[in-house]
Amino acid sequence: MSGARERLSFDARVRDALADPLLKVAIDRTTGNARTKRAAAMAAWPGFSSARELGRDIKDHVIAHLDHYLVQFERNARASGAQVHWALSGPEACDIVVAICRKAGARTVTRSKSMLGEEIGLPHALQEAAIERVETDLAEHIIQLAGDPPSHIIWPALHKTREQVAELFHAHHHDPGTLDSIEAMVASARRELRGRYLAADVGISGANFLIADTGAVCTVTNEGNAELTTTPPRVHIVTAGIEKLVPSCAHAMAMLRLLVRSATGAELTQYTTFHCGPKRAGDLDGPAEFHIVLIDGGRTRMLAEGLAEMLRCIRCGACLNHCVVYRQIGGHAYGSVYPGPMGSVLTPMLDGLPQSKDLPRACTLNGQCQEVCPVAIPLPTLLRGWRDRIWSTGLESVTVRQGFAVWRFLALHPALYRQASAMAVWMMAWFARGGWIARMPLAGGWTRYRDMPRPPRRPFIAQYRRRMPRP
Amino acid sequence: MLQDSSRESAGGPCVGLFVSCLVDAMRPAIGFAAINLLEAAGCRVEVPLQQTCCGQPALNSGDLAGARQIAQHTIALLEPFQYVVVPSGSCAATIRVHYTELFHEDPVWRARAEALAARTHELLSFLVDIRGWLPKQVALPASATYHDSCSGLRELGIHAQPRRLLAAVEGLSLRPLEGNATCCGFGGMFCVKYAAISNAIVAEKAQSIEATGAELLLGGDLGCLMNLAGKLHRCGSRVRVFHTAEILAGMGDGPAIGEAT
Repeated sequence: MSGARERLSFDARVRDALADPLLKVAIDRTTGNARTKRAAAMAAWPGFSSARELGRDIKDHVIAHLDHYLVQFERNARASGAQVHWALSGPEACDIVVAICRKAGARTVTRSKSMLGEEIGLPHALQEAAIERVETDLAEHIIQLAGDPPSHIIWPALHKTREQVAELFHAHHHDPGTLDSIEAMVASARRELRGRYLAADVGISGANFLIADTGAVCTVTNEGNAELTTTPPRVHIVTAGIEKLVPSCAHAMAMLRLLVRSATGAELTQYTTFHCGPKRAGDLDGPAEFHIVLIDGGRTRMLAEGLAEMLRCIRCGACLNHCVVYRQIGGHAYGSVYPGPMGSVLTPMLDGLPQSKDLPRACTLNGQCQEVCPVAIPLPTLLRGWRDRIWSTGLESVTVRQGFAVWRFLALHPALYRQASAMAVWMMAWFARGGWIARMPLAGGWTRYRDMPRPPRRPFIAQYRRRMPRP
Repeated sequence: MLQDSSRESAGGPCVGLFVSCLVDAMRPAIGFAAINLLEAAGCRVEVPLQQTCCGQPALNSGDLAGARQIAQHTIALLEPFQYVVVPSGSCAATIRVHYTELFHEDPVWRARAEALAARTHELLSFLVDIRGWLPKQVALPASATYHDSCSGLRELGIHAQPRRLLAAVEGLSLRPLEGNATCCGFGGMFCVKYAAISNAIVAEKAQSIEATGAELLLGGDLGCLMNLAGKLHRCGSRVRVFHTAEILAGMGDGPAIGEAT
């Protein structure tokens, strides 16, 4: 299903999304709620702007000293009994995870939500290896049942209305019950998943922060599913991007304040867990083996290619919730793992610019994403950077380039520009009825959806010349 | 360079008015309103006749070489003035914010761009922040709502100034607009290149405007206003759309955007 969608062009995916009225209902419910709650949280937090500067500085510092903190993290994680693996690419990371699962004789793995897992293609790799994957995050559970990819980085099932979720549970759950309320739906999912947690051979999680001075991994969830995924199985595997490093627990706390308020408007998630090493002698529970797979996956290349600021991203989703484009087309139309403004910056890096050249351009550059970003990523500037690259590498169409060449020539020759604009204005008037133009050649993009005001008989400069005495 | 205080003492500061290519071609009334307002605020206004476009379309399309050429033309044209005023947030932001970025590897042009940026202002913010001017004896008995265009709002911090100016218009009541700081979906080339998405955004915006029950929609950027006026008209709305400068210059009883003259 997702494969078929990805093969469509961006325009076709957009058309499908805009034609789906339920999708719009679902997007408005969740992102509207998120915007309202975030706004309330920020209004109650006078220290936001200084916290944001601190968060930006922490991330910039770590990114500038990745070599130092990666080595420190590895040393401390090993000292705590963790096994640390390094993967340069997504496929390499998947190979490492699958090898650990095989060595553990795993038939079933539970997984708590991780966008990195999607980025590296872990669900697919597990399927190829014939290892059953049980998604334990409620939203991930929903989209696993539906066979959909995530459509939002915080709420992967945002594209489903609660009514659609009830239908899915009714069709797939063993004991769905009445499903007449959100509580009843959650209870049904809980009944469905509880047994799976205890039966799993391996639990796989992501990481919100890698804490260099202790070697611990921090995860935040609201459902407690990460704890149930990482504690009962004999083996726990963490997959994490190398940009998740912070120097210390205190730094993780500073980032956590920004992350949770920006994502959900809450002050804290229900669960904030630090995973540090495997089960020790005397511990009541915990995994016997604790693996951490540190993944580059293009991140060091981003440093080299002028996208270092994007490595600040803590995956809060605020830029998606506030993006006028995302709010109309939803996540799937982007055709990539990461949608919205942050996704439009990341995807050309991850999937290649020729395949994703629509994404940086399908943006009004209104700047609201940067305004709400808790680590002040200059998203519009980075998107402009991709547009520059599209132009300079010849990915822009010949028609557009020629059009711009003509327009630029005129803009640099004012006398010709005056003649051309006078002629354009005169021709446009031919298509006007009253004060408006409802249809006009070469203006279909505009007039298909809106009317164009009739231009004046003469442009401003021509009128001004006639009115003002010549100096 | 004519950055001389003699002109200031003779008849207020000398302001070069850069009307923007869109105002030039589509709504000259905004240019004449700007002249009236600047003169009322004690400025001597000159309109450099060689002006064309600030280059924003090239800049936003990734054609940096083209944008640089046009920026050089515009910088050379506008740098003789003590102030440069633009009745558009996004064109003013192009000159104030983006010209210097365009020349980050060219110290000579960068210095010229920075000097121009420091003297360039969007019209409404110039009237309030630099001239401390508010309209007197302008009356318009009507209800209006205000759309904050994104470039002016986020790149130049224009929010309070138009509201202060409009509060001084007798009889004009300003109604709050839900999502006043949310993009209208114009985005320059975006609105024709990704027309379906742009339409979905502006359709939602038009509904919010209708829901205010206001007779007028006002703003400070003609691109956004044409997008909104065109959508409102297509939807059969009776809301009339003006640039704020037109209202302040007492032209609110004239034809709105799209009304036959």
